[in-house]
Amino acid sequence: MKHLLSAADLSYEEAILVLDTAKQLAAATEHGVGKLPPLRGRTVVNLFYEDSTRTRISFEAAAKRLSADVINFSAKGSSVSKGESLKDTALTLEAMGADAVVIRHNSSGAPHRLANAGWISGGVVNAGDGTHEHPTQALLDAYTLRNHLRNGEGDLKGVNVTIVGDVLHSRVARSNVLLLNTLGAKVRLVAPPTLLPYGVEDWDCEVSYDFDASLEGSDAVMMLRVQRERMNAAYFPNAHEYSSRYGLSVTRMNRLSESAVVMHPGPMNRGMEISADVADSQRSVIVEQVANGVSVRMAVLYLILGGSESK
Amino acid sequence: MTSYVIKDVTILDGKPTDIVVKDGVIAQIGSGLTADQTVDGSGCIALPGLVDLHTHLREPGREDAETVLSGSRAAAMGGFTAVHAMANTNPVADTAGVVEQVWRLGQEAGLVDVRPVGAVTMGLEGTALAELGAMADSAAAVRVFSDDGKCVHDAALMRRALEYVKAFDGVVAQHAQEPRLTEGAQMNEGVISGKLGLAGWPAVAEEAIIARDVLLAHHVGSRLHVCHLSTAGSVEIIRWAKSRGINVTAEVTPHHLYFTDEVVESYDPIYKVNPPLRTKADVEAVRAGLADGTINIVATDHAPHPSEDKECEWTAAAFGMTGLESALSVVYETMVQTGLMNWAAVADRMSVSPAQIGRVSTQGQPIEVGSPANLVIFDPRASQEVDARKTVSASRNTPYAGRTLPGKVVATFYRGKPTVLNGELNA
Repeated sequence: MKHLLSAADLSYEEAILVLDTAKQLAAATEHGVGKLPPLRGRTVVNLFYEDSTRTRISFEAAAKRLSADVINFSAKGSSVSKGESLKDTALTLEAMGADAVVIRHNSSGAPHRLANAGWISGGVVNAGDGTHEHPTQALLDAYTLRNHLRNGEGDLKGVNVTIVGDVLHSRVARSNVLLLNTLGAKVRLVAPPTLLPYGVEDWDCEVSYDFDASLEGSDAVMMLRVQRERMNAAYFPNAHEYSSRYGLSVTRMNRLSESAVVMHPGPMNRGMEISADVADSQRSVIVEQVANGVSVRMAVLYLILGGSESK
Repeated sequence: MTSYVIKDVTILDGKPTDIVVKDGVIAQIGSGLTADQTVDGSGCIALPGLVDLHTHLREPGREDAETVLSGSRAAAMGGFTAVHAMANTNPVADTAGVVEQVWRLGQEAGLVDVRPVGAVTMGLEGTALAELGAMADSAAAVRVFSDDGKCVHDAALMRRALEYVKAFDGVVAQHAQEPRLTEGAQMNEGVISGKLGLAGWPAVAEEAIIARDVLLAHHVGSRLHVCHLSTAGSVEIIRWAKSRGINVTAEVTPHHLYFTDEVVESYDPIYKVNPPLRTKADVEAVRAGLADGTINIVATDHAPHPSEDKECEWTAAAFGMTGLESALSVVYETMVQTGLMNWAAVADRMSVSPAQIGRVSTQGQPIEVGSPANLVIFDPRASQEVDARKTVSASRNTPYAGRTLPGKVVATFYRGKPTVLNGELNA
């Protein structure tokens, strides 16, 4: 694995390898070993052009637990805010000897450019690009699902995952549809028609406008963040209507099967797409998702930086 | 003035013959002719000098991207003898002063007729008419008016513009783009935009404006020209309008004949252009429309940009690609090699019709004795790998870089003088 730009980059075998590696690394760090040595002497740059507390901290923790040197480079307070181009920033990072660059960018495809334009030689990990993809989120979601529904082993064959909300603007949804399919799960997208991408009928998933009709048979419900500002662009009339048609309330949650889990990539709009009671309920695995994020990102960095090369 | 004989060249789809160019005109056509200098035309096609109705020369304002001189050189290399310089310069070409400046720079360059296009509205802002009459009456004698890059989206203003330019036989060339449907748009709205997470530019945003404009043109009895038409639906609307007798003409760019939106999957902004590259069905429709004459002309929309505006992430990049130097080869590959058009049709779509729409009387004339000697000699047997570093344009944003295009311009004659000779710029 040279880069991780899209969840589509991962073959079935690679996806399983990431999940299994994450499981081993999680076990190893649980047993009292603060840090593992494999990335000692390697430099990981967190290049964040967008505010993101949880993803940046998650990648930072992952790199540090593998003993890598971490440089945090955020668009604010760096030369980027003075108008430096992505190319020049990349050339700078290359000159500093970055072995891997973890990039979060508001422009879809920026990680592809960074990886393929010939500016840097290191590996590139997409930590979320515009409204395109967020592959490590999909990996941590799959890892979480596997723990709950498949005892932490194998794939997700036959698992029914319902993804609800602003699919149009969601990089999480795109990556999840791709990876869940690779792992054998069945995906159903639920959203108002305005928040589904043009051409979604060609995606490898079912599409529904009716949340209530989609509850039965779901093994997991993944709620996507919906920005309140979207109603200003007429994607839906108001927050109340959105919430009543597409929000996960306790009533809706109670109609799910007993084993079904509730997920959210965060940050949540409590009271909008998910009620507080649901977010804090027994079925919610939201906090666990965060914890699993570190393990999965450790696995990705380990595999990209070629853990075998370490001494 | 040196005279030239082009030996054994095929005029359009005819038989090999000799053409003598002397004192700015075609002096003789026949066999066994001689002149001061000889150009070997065997195996080559002679076409009337190409006329581009849609060129961005960037001067004044963005001389780092292109100048009237560098753009004229690129045009000559591509076989053009006339270009229409779009109005979205800085300052905008919305006064007689600016269009005369561009016209004068074109005269000084002396490689092609540079015909300035005037803005429809002041500052391209879409709120008040520019000094259309003053530009028409100026030394530049403007006949084509366009806010290209922006759409004249206000229906009442568009109606007035269509009416007003009738007084001097002008034409409004509309950049058809409904602004509200394309806010933040990055690429064609389709399966691929959904997958790539890039904001879509839907076909309907183009088609809705074209439909409105042909109805307006019909209502006020004006002539309308539609810039860079790119969708199958747009072809249908133009076909319908023509069947109703509406006085509308339309253009398609070489890149919309050649590429589909699949190339955007690379996220390489070299493919970022407005209107965006469309689907395979659209490409087939614009090719068919050009072949049957629904689309009247090919226009390059040559849009030079400095490297820094393309060596970046997709959403930060500028829209546009260069096209003057590659246009004839692209039309050859997409329209002639596919059997959709013969050379007479190429001459019509790239010279005769654009000259008529732009009211350029000395261009687009038949290749016969007495015509102005504006000619391009094209070798269809040659092929070239496009190297962005070797372009004559001051900018390198050619989407064909690394691809091999068929054919090569061997010579271009502008008013009897060779601006290109032996495939090299002669200026």
